[in-house]
Amino acid sequence: MAGGARAPGGHAMSLPELQFGEVFANIDLLLKACGLTLALWAIALAAGLGGGLLLGLARIAQRRWIAWPARAFVETFRNTPVLVQLIWFYYALPVVTGIQLPAFAAAALALSLNACAYCAEIYRGGIQAVPTGQWEAGRALGMGRLRLLRRIVLPLAVRRMVPAFTNRAVELAKNTSVASIVTVHELMYTARLFSSQNYLPLETFTVVAVIYFVLIYPFTLASYALERRFAASGA
Amino acid sequence: MSEDVVLRVADLHKSFGPNEVLKGIDLEVRRGERIAILGSSGSGKSTLLRCLNVLEMPSKGRLFLDGAAIGTQRPDGGTRYREAELNALRARVGMVFQQFNLFPHMTALENVMEGQVSVLSRKKAEARALALKHLAQVGLADKADAYPARLSGGQQQRVAIARALAMDPEVLLFDEPTSSLDPELVGEVLGVIRDLSESGRTMLLVTHELGFAYHFATRVLFLHEGAILEDGPPEQVLKSPREERTRRFLDRFTAFRI
Amino acid sequence: MAYVWDFSAVSRNADILLEGLGNTVILSLSGIAVGVACGGVLAAMRLSGRRVLSWPALGFIEFYRNTPPLVHFFWFFYGLPMAFGLTLPPFAAALAALGIQSSAFFAEVFRGGINSVERGQWEAGRALGMGRARLMRRIILPQAARRMAAPFVERSFELVKTTTLAAALAFHETIYSAMVIVTTTYRPLEVYTVVAVMFFLILFSASQVAEWLEARGRRAGTR
Repeated sequence: MAGGARAPGGHAMSLPELQFGEVFANIDLLLKACGLTLALWAIALAAGLGGGLLLGLARIAQRRWIAWPARAFVETFRNTPVLVQLIWFYYALPVVTGIQLPAFAAAALALSLNACAYCAEIYRGGIQAVPTGQWEAGRALGMGRLRLLRRIVLPLAVRRMVPAFTNRAVELAKNTSVASIVTVHELMYTARLFSSQNYLPLETFTVVAVIYFVLIYPFTLASYALERRFAASGA
Repeated sequence: MSEDVVLRVADLHKSFGPNEVLKGIDLEVRRGERIAILGSSGSGKSTLLRCLNVLEMPSKGRLFLDGAAIGTQRPDGGTRYREAELNALRARVGMVFQQFNLFPHMTALENVMEGQVSVLSRKKAEARALALKHLAQVGLADKADAYPARLSGGQQQRVAIARALAMDPEVLLFDEPTSSLDPELVGEVLGVIRDLSESGRTMLLVTHELGFAYHFATRVLFLHEGAILEDGPPEQVLKSPREERTRRFLDRFTAFRI
Repeated sequence: MAYVWDFSAVSRNADILLEGLGNTVILSLSGIAVGVACGGVLAAMRLSGRRVLSWPALGFIEFYRNTPPLVHFFWFFYGLPMAFGLTLPPFAAALAALGIQSSAFFAEVFRGGINSVERGQWEAGRALGMGRARLMRRIILPQAARRMAAPFVERSFELVKTTTLAAALAFHETIYSAMVIVTTTYRPLEVYTVVAVMFFLILFSASQVAEWLEARGRRAGTR
């Protein structure tokens, strides 16, 4: 009964002595690393919202030579693991281009394209969910396709899409941690470094999980609130 | 006389949040009575019906089936209902819903067999025979193997009636059974309910069909703002109501009669 | 300067890659099994109507849904065992992280499916006098199962993609195998492209099959 007989009839395993103090003493290290995590997140989200719209419109284009490449792009990124994408852009792409991208740039590029693919599907779904009657009413007024999209269809679709985008933002934030595997010094990478240097994996990864949760959860709460609001307004 | 009382509620209250929907209902239902419950929307008539099989939990008041109290009194004056007791009550008090609520993954026959087998523990063969009998009674013997999605609203409601009948309930509750039907389908469902009235079964019917209520019911209740405003034979309540409120309600229905 | 593709690096090491793929499949299937089992328990707790059960389940689900899976992989591989002076093999740690993380998502799939069954179905069952357990088994679950199918498949695909993170624990799944091949052949473009294509073919064809089955199920649902 080494390690003290705490529990009656207990086994030899002793409870670990947790040293969260050590982690909190160096919390600034981890918080500073959040900067890169947030940067990756913001870049990918912005790219997804912008590029995703173009890609989503291309997906529903009448012309096949526009719609098919767009579909291929979307399906490729949705049907491969994000880690494969990051590794490909960091290790494989330079072989083609001859230019070695810095880890951060490769990660930002991969996560952005990934976000574009998923956001394109949200735009497509939102636009296609607008009743055909709305398109017909606009056309009956003599509106062109683009104007119709901007003035009638997108404003209607956005209400439906906002919760999905919030959801996507959450998935994206979680994906940024994968950039640590291609040596981007963001939160996850810093945590691994810190934990191996100080030999405090349990404490470090617990604290890091909580940091991620604090960063991400507001978005989830926002999506709940939005869904409730849209449900209440019958949108 | 009191031996004939099959269902009794005493001082029944029901609130949804701050909104008191039923404000102290006392009602005795005698065996064989057919009671039509009328009232404008929001008068609490559906809530009253749903309290009778405790699909809505009453906020206050007691419920008696065949003289036996349902639920046990708590020290704070409320009533506690055990699940087994409620299930037993509901097996004896059938209900037909406004939205039919047939089980979409079962055929008409399976819908009518389900309660018999899983609640009354009847043998499959027996349940099947009874189900077919009841389907025939509502005129749907040929639809036994159809799924609800393939039936019209009127047919679905008739299956729902057969499902309730198959439990051989002492009391049958109808919650606006024709309100979500297209006008041309209302007749077939009312026809089935009218045929049932010849069987002497105790029935309570919440409805907006005044003409039907007049011919069907042995007794009419008029609910207003959570209280029973009129209670009497159809002749009296519908033709010479005591209360001004009732008169105005009835006038609304007759204003456009051609 | 045109780059000369050379896939012989891949074909020569196909056995390593296929072994990795096999391990990906094993980790995926066992991850789904653990995730579904734990997710079922969590969903039951969430739906129990008792706060002592539903609140801890809610906290657990929200925590795991809103933190990156990679943290949990490291937590289970380095954190938990080291604190107890043990070591976990990479597979066990990856399975624990994957199963528990995905259980939070599966729980929401189950809960969503059950909650999507109309209130009238519950009422109709109760009005017949059916008890909670029987009502659940006979009336609610058969209908919920059909609605859960699509999100369940989607969740399972996410899980398959997430198994790649086990490479960070040096578990010999597909990506780790690819990395091993790259270190000896210096052909990252060919190797990683092949890996990407492999995942694409598996996931895309599986999703097409799932879609087809779903469409067939929908048709059967309106018979």
